Amino acid sequence: MSTAVPSPQSTSSRRRPSARSVLVWTLVALAGATAWTVLALARGESVSALWILFAALASYAIAYRFYARFITYRVLRADDARATPAERLHNGVDYEVTDRRVLFGHHFAAIAGAGPLVGPVLAAQMGYLPGTVWIVAGVVFAGAVQDLTVLFFSMRRDGKSLGQMVREEIGPVGGAAALVAVFAIMIIILAVLALIVVNALAESPWGVFSIALTIPIALFMGLYLRYLRPGRVLEATGIGVVLLLAAIVGGGYVEQLGLAGSLTLSKETLVLALVAYGFVASVLPVWLLLTPRDYLSTFMKVGVIVLLAVSLLIARPVLANDAVTSFAREGNGPVFAGSLFPFVFITIACGALSGFHALIASGTTPKMVAKERQVRLIGYGGMLMESFVAVSALIAASVIDQGVYFAMNSPAGATGGTAESASQFLAGIGITTPPETLTATSQAVEEEIISRTGGAPTLALGISQIFHSAFGGGLQAFWYHFAIMFEALFILTAVDAGTRVGRFMLQDTIGNVWKRFGDLSWRPGNLLASAAVVAAWGYFLYAGVTDPLGGVNQLFPLFGIANQLLAAIALTLVTTLLVKHGRARYAWVPGVPLAWDLVVTMTASWQKVFSDNPAIGYFAQADLYREARDAGRLLGAAQDAGQMQQVVTNSTVNGVLQSVFALLVVVVAVNAAVVVARALRAGSLPTTEVPAVPSRLHEPAGLFATAEEKRGAALAGREEALR
Amino acid sequence: MSRAPARAPGAALRGAWGSALRGLRWCARQVDGTDRWEEHLRECAEHGHRPPTRREFERRRADARAGAVSSRCC
Repeated sequence: MSTAVPSPQSTSSRRRPSARSVLVWTLVALAGATAWTVLALARGESVSALWILFAALASYAIAYRFYARFITYRVLRADDARATPAERLHNGVDYEVTDRRVLFGHHFAAIAGAGPLVGPVLAAQMGYLPGTVWIVAGVVFAGAVQDLTVLFFSMRRDGKSLGQMVREEIGPVGGAAALVAVFAIMIIILAVLALIVVNALAESPWGVFSIALTIPIALFMGLYLRYLRPGRVLEATGIGVVLLLAAIVGGGYVEQLGLAGSLTLSKETLVLALVAYGFVASVLPVWLLLTPRDYLSTFMKVGVIVLLAVSLLIARPVLANDAVTSFAREGNGPVFAGSLFPFVFITIACGALSGFHALIASGTTPKMVAKERQVRLIGYGGMLMESFVAVSALIAASVIDQGVYFAMNSPAGATGGTAESASQFLAGIGITTPPETLTATSQAVEEEIISRTGGAPTLALGISQIFHSAFGGGLQAFWYHFAIMFEALFILTAVDAGTRVGRFMLQDTIGNVWKRFGDLSWRPGNLLASAAVVAAWGYFLYAGVTDPLGGVNQLFPLFGIANQLLAAIALTLVTTLLVKHGRARYAWVPGVPLAWDLVVTMTASWQKVFSDNPAIGYFAQADLYREARDAGRLLGAAQDAGQMQQVVTNSTVNGVLQSVFALLVVVVAVNAAVVVARALRAGSLPTTEVPAVPSRLHEPAGLFATAEEKRGAALAGREEALR
Repeated sequence: MSRAPARAPGAALRGAWGSALRGLRWCARQVDGTDRWEEHLRECAEHGHRPPTRREFERRRADARAGAVSSRCC
């Protein structure tokens, strides 16, 4: 390389912003401020859902342009002159320089799942405003910051995992606690995701028919990519999507095909089917089932999100939800118990702040980044996109009739399961909805809708209404099942991948004691570890499905708190690293969201463990049911003494688990505090960061190449040609 | 990375339609792995290796991925 070529990082010194840029950003800020004002002030009149969309988009734009840039350039000092692991360790397999736009897609597909869709739907019981504010503020100051910083620090360490970094940078105690926490949290997440699928598919032959067909479709794609046309992902996925649509349409004819009876499955049967599926999928080769399923769900995901955004603009629906409902103030909502603080922040986990993303930001993504500064686009930008999905889900849940919303999301014990009893229940909570409305909605989507908890059916109903009003054509039942399929598809991908990752973690951990077991290619080890992981989430799934109080009601808070606790571990790591690198004056960037997250999760954990309100505290609930059982009485929806005992057992298990999660996080935080104190005293401490190696790549840092980057690339190209 | 493809269908076209078509083609080749495959062929030629068949190449990649499944989020 001659000195004539500008080094890749040659960023100009701070230039004065052009008049045009000042004008554009002022307009964006004004538009955002207007939208927020409308949302904050409008009461009792009809508010268009588009205000939520505009408020969110304007906020994202400003956050990305200013805050994400500040973090990337000033706080992290990402340096494009430094070669990334993808460039240094390029091996054509996992370390691979990847185009930033393609990597953005990969990363987004890996972080986005059912979480950002379901959480906001459940949180809609408190009104649209608390959810909107937290989704947007949370992503800007917490969620996207976490994803960006974890991605950056992992990239500086050749793509080390979160657990490894905690062990090496904080200490063995914190590392062990983090490892156990990650594993346990994954089990709960898998159980809750599977629960959502079970609730959506139970007694729904149409749904079961379409979802079951995704398995042979994925197998066909796997074989196609392996033997017929290796590598032709687009072809295979194209065929897969067409078959998938055919499966959804075909599901509408189960009655005529005479399959309705055999495909009407109870929740218990579905649990067994899912457990068997999870086990088989975890031991099959990835190319046969997991990879093709992943392609399908990614294409469906991106397609539906684009379709939803477009149809929102066409349909311009009006919000049927209140801005803030009485449940937010009184904490007595039927969907989940607890007041706005802290439970709205627990329920909307993904979409605002999701600890699970830290596992992905420290997994495959950091090994593929071409240029350090691209972490802004991939880490921060990817999370903004996820947040946008959450906002869309919140809108979909807020445009449907509120009576229908509560009839769908309240447990069967409350609604009684019929349109008439549900209508009476609604009257009891101050909502007037005649049974005819519920029956008409049910007929429109050709499914039972009373007590279809879990969020997925509600979201599907909202999406079907929006699509129906945007595109017309009397296809509401098709759109409903299309949306169910879309959710179930990537939940199953998550169950499949999660079980496998859990298996790897288990084999790796036990492998420290029993060498043979750690060998990933040892068949008995695979089978044993897979069975253990499946049994673990299968237990919680079964307990949730049969819980007389409603599994979502009982397990979702545990899932939400677990996810936020994982985020606390990730943010603790990042804060510690900034201090160790001698950059304590910027420690507030991850430190403030960390403090907030700790306050929220610890308050929620405290309430779930110690609250004497049996609707909130797990142990209070267990005591209440134990006493009633001993006195020979039945409570709530429990039908017999066995069910009373079930509530006692489940609540106790959940309470214990909740305490353990919180304790593990406290262990990590205390261990980190010791390290931070030492680092502050010393000014800085050595870390495991890989030393800088000059980069020879010319790649733009942002989404679009700047004039300067184009010049640099052109010069480098000429240089290469002359050589 | 962003090398101009040999002869894209939109290459002769100018203006918005041409660049949209070229963009679409670029996306397709990136997603499909065609670009990665051709990149590998180029690398082999550069280093004087005998290139594998596409089948071998894709199989090696798929098998390497089996041990490194990253989880999908919730």
